[in-house]
Amino acid sequence: MGESGCGKSVTWLAALGLLGSRARIGGEVRLEGRDLVGAPVAELERVRGRRIAMIFQDPSSSLNPVHRIGRQLGEALRLHRGLDGTAAEAEARRLLDRVHIADAQRRLGDYPHELSGGMNQRVMIAMALAGQPDLLVADEPTTALDATVQAQILELLGEIRRDSGMALVLISHDLGVVAENTDRVCVMYAGRVVEDAPIDTVFEAPAHPYTRGLLAALPELDGPRRVLTPIAGVVPDPWNLPTGCSFAPRCDRRIEACESAPPMPTEKAADHRVACIRA
Amino acid sequence: MTPLLEVSNLSRVYDVRRGAWPFGRRATLHAVDGVSFELAAGRTLGLVGESGCGKTTTAKLVLGLVPPSGGEVRVAGESLPEIGSPSWRALRRRMQMVYQDPLGALDRRLSVGRQVMEPLAIHGLGKAAERRDKALAMLDAVGLAPHHFDRFPHELSGGQRQRIVLARALMLDPQLLVCDEPISALDVSIQAQVVNLLLALQQRLGLAYLFISHDLRMVRQVSHEVAVMYLGRIVERGDPDQLFSAPAHPYTQALVSAIPTHIRHKRRRLVLPGEPPNPVDRPAGCAFHPRCRHAIARCRVETPELRTLADGRRAACHLAGQIG
Ligand SMILES: Nc1ncnc2c1ncn2[C@@H]1O[C@H](COP(=O)(O)OP(=O)(O)OP(=O)(O)O)[C@@H](O)[C@H]1O
Ligand SMILES: Nc1ncnc2c1ncn2[C@@H]1O[C@H](COP(=O)(O)OP(=O)(O)OP(=O)(O)O)[C@@H](O)[C@H]1O
Ligand code: SF4
Ligand SMILES: [Mg+2]
Ligand SMILES: [Mg+2]
Repeated sequence: MGESGCGKSVTWLAALGLLGSRARIGGEVRLEGRDLVGAPVAELERVRGRRIAMIFQDPSSSLNPVHRIGRQLGEALRLHRGLDGTAAEAEARRLLDRVHIADAQRRLGDYPHELSGGMNQRVMIAMALAGQPDLLVADEPTTALDATVQAQILELLGEIRRDSGMALVLISHDLGVVAENTDRVCVMYAGRVVEDAPIDTVFEAPAHPYTRGLLAALPELDGPRRVLTPIAGVVPDPWNLPTGCSFAPRCDRRIEACESAPPMPTEKAADHRVACIRA
Repeated sequence: MTPLLEVSNLSRVYDVRRGAWPFGRRATLHAVDGVSFELAAGRTLGLVGESGCGKTTTAKLVLGLVPPSGGEVRVAGESLPEIGSPSWRALRRRMQMVYQDPLGALDRRLSVGRQVMEPLAIHGLGKAAERRDKALAMLDAVGLAPHHFDRFPHELSGGQRQRIVLARALMLDPQLLVCDEPISALDVSIQAQVVNLLLALQQRLGLAYLFISHDLRMVRQVSHEVAVMYLGRIVERGDPDQLFSAPAHPYTQALVSAIPTHIRHKRRRLVLPGEPPNPVDRPAGCAFHPRCRHAIARCRVETPELRTLADGRRAACHLAGQIG
């Protein structure tokens, strides 16, 4: 989790080689020992969808408006599972059922514009699940879903994780969703991970001032309504980061030393790393 | 006083084919079915409900972007002019929509600045320099930086795109803003910033909002009234605090109980059993009855009307007021 524009989506697009030729990528991403950064296109294509599937944040970036849903699901099933004809159709229908879309058979013949926003989002989830991936990267997978359907979809992902051992990376702004569905959290700020801890620690004892700020900006469902307190200031421009800690200009715990060098992640407790010299 | 917006008995159906495409016989999909509400200047109506229940369709009907199959929309006492007519265009200037899918709403080939200034250009308002200044000021108001002006949509993060769409909708100083999931891609801090901006604009300019969102906490924060939809109909309407703390309709009860929380002493979640609802095959009686844990025989045959309860709110359930 982390502020809008902090680099959550780009991290995974980079890992999967989906950023295009103008992006320069450094570092490494290892899948069972093999580095994906700089791997040949053919190898990346075998990984994408099949080993690592991604649910993209914007439906319009992965659903084709001129093809029926059934055809798009069929395509994914052919590519990743080698299914064709009636087998593919039956599996496509089953996938739509699993993401709680009513009348799946009829919906296979619909175009994306004939579905609601949340249905399109669920079609994308079904497409990502079509390849039975080992790792699912879900970028804001439930933003278009109401609480009851969201709970059903997250329950489904949990079930698949338990049954098949699929690993899940969940990118979400909804702290409740994160709290209920993950084991550990990385909090990002301005392109870096600033806190990395087991889920309970993040909510019970957040250490980085940015993480604390996030929790304070959350509205409640009961009790008096209060003016929400956004974190003061704005995120620095990615090409113009402060020399020290990127969060320093907005931080109420800042001291002079914060501005001299970017803080390195340090072990605050077992399994809890924080990049803040005052944490 | 006439409310800014009056919606009465609004309906929209689509002709579809039932059963396996491309075969199957014709059937009717009821996307919106007899929806009524009013919205006064300076007020916010929150619209919530299950995915696919007809919220976006209601929004499009209100703006005249799709024609209704039945019912009426009145703006400041006047019926909505014919879609595409000059008076409709003039009216559209005062009523803007923030779309659910930001990337789909933006033109990939145009820079952010061009798109934010576009509404002014279309309506021939202001000189080039004024348009630019206003666009930059609007970007600032939604928490974006001046350098975003020259970028293209694909170079932005999801939340940045969503704010571009919001900035563009605000350029014409609308009286009514229909927001379809305006904050779902934003982190909580920027959500707070955008919501505070919307509230400030409302106070200053008397804007009215139709606020569609799945984030019930945020809906409570901004709304004067909330309407809950299920399968094309409004099933509960009332004061946000009342409605979320003690929902009267069994669907609202399930919805509220399903809100994820990071607080550890969790409430018990009501799981909705049964098939997801199908707008081509609406259950008889109360459309919610196959999934309702309170359903009685009467619910299977008689459709409950929206009726006023003792505490002033309205619910469409035979048992509302007796169940908690
Ligand atoms: N193709 C691109 N070219 C140039 N800059 C880009 C490109 N894609 C993303 N960026 C920039 O990189 C930064 C990180 O973007 P990213 O999409 O990873 O954010 P995010 O954390 O996913 O945010 P959100 O929560 O809003 O989706 C942003 O400042 C964005 O404007
Ligand atoms: N152009 C269309 N043709 C056929 N059916 C449509 C069309 N537009 C919407 N529908 C159907 O109308 C119903 C209501 O859709 P709508 O987009 O209004 O839902 P929504 O409440 O906004 O859902 P979400 O929260 O998922 O965005 C859905 O069953 C949808 O498939
Ligand atoms: S009318 Fe009956 S079925 Fe419908 S919500 Fe009320 S109790 Fe449940
Ligand atoms: Mg993103
Ligand atoms: Mg919608």
